[in-house]
Amino acid sequence: MGWLAQDDERFFPYPFLRGSNVKFGIVVSEGPYTHQASDTAYNFAKSALEAGHEVPRVFFYHDGVNVGTRLSIPPQDERNIQQQWSALGSEHGIDLVICIAAAQRRGLLDEKEASRQGKDANNIAEGFRISGLGQLIEMGIQTDRLMTFGD
Amino acid sequence: MATLHTVNKSPFATGALLSCIAHAKDGDTVLMIEDGVYGASSGTNVSDALTARAGSVTLCVLGPDFAARGLATDRMLDGIKSVDYAGFVELAASNDRTQAWL
Repeated sequence: MGWLAQDDERFFPYPFLRGSNVKFGIVVSEGPYTHQASDTAYNFAKSALEAGHEVPRVFFYHDGVNVGTRLSIPPQDERNIQQQWSALGSEHGIDLVICIAAAQRRGLLDEKEASRQGKDANNIAEGFRISGLGQLIEMGIQTDRLMTFGD
Repeated sequence: MATLHTVNKSPFATGALLSCIAHAKDGDTVLMIEDGVYGASSGTNVSDALTARAGSVTLCVLGPDFAARGLATDRMLDGIKSVDYAGFVELAASNDRTQAWL
């Protein structure tokens, strides 16, 4: 498409593609291993990054927060959904955010929350962090497309 | 302002796919993913409804999910485009917004 005048909307009606990429915000709202949502979201994010787009943040909501525990031990010949996300996150600098209200109901705590709540352990995996719904709203504002994967 | 609709439910379990194609505007794209891919088979009780919109709405299916469920490509409904994950990303980028029919 190099010969097209990319700043002329008559020939190139997608301003967001003009010499730049698309920012995708991703929401995962269903748990790993019970539903395909977290796998679909992972494959989408991976392909988007391979195509040169950006995935600045993934927001794990409802049962989706269960992706972020470092204590899951799936069989060795099976995919490890948490490790896949942690690896993709560290490779591409993705902000992996777990919703705090959803996490507390389901027993997901980071070090700070565990001590604040007087619990004897924490279980958040590498690359994930616990934060609030404000991060979901911010992602909706700061990205070009919001992709929701759930049940 | 075109929308990419994603449907992840089997049309034999919920009415999501039929609702979606009834609500989609001309020029929109409907992508069947996960269990939604069952809707892309020919000879089902939703085939006619899909075929009726095939001219004004672009109908797509996520190929890897279609294959993962053992559905035969030669039984895919005419007028449905099969895309891979890269194609899914391209659809999300080229439409103005997305709507997941969860």
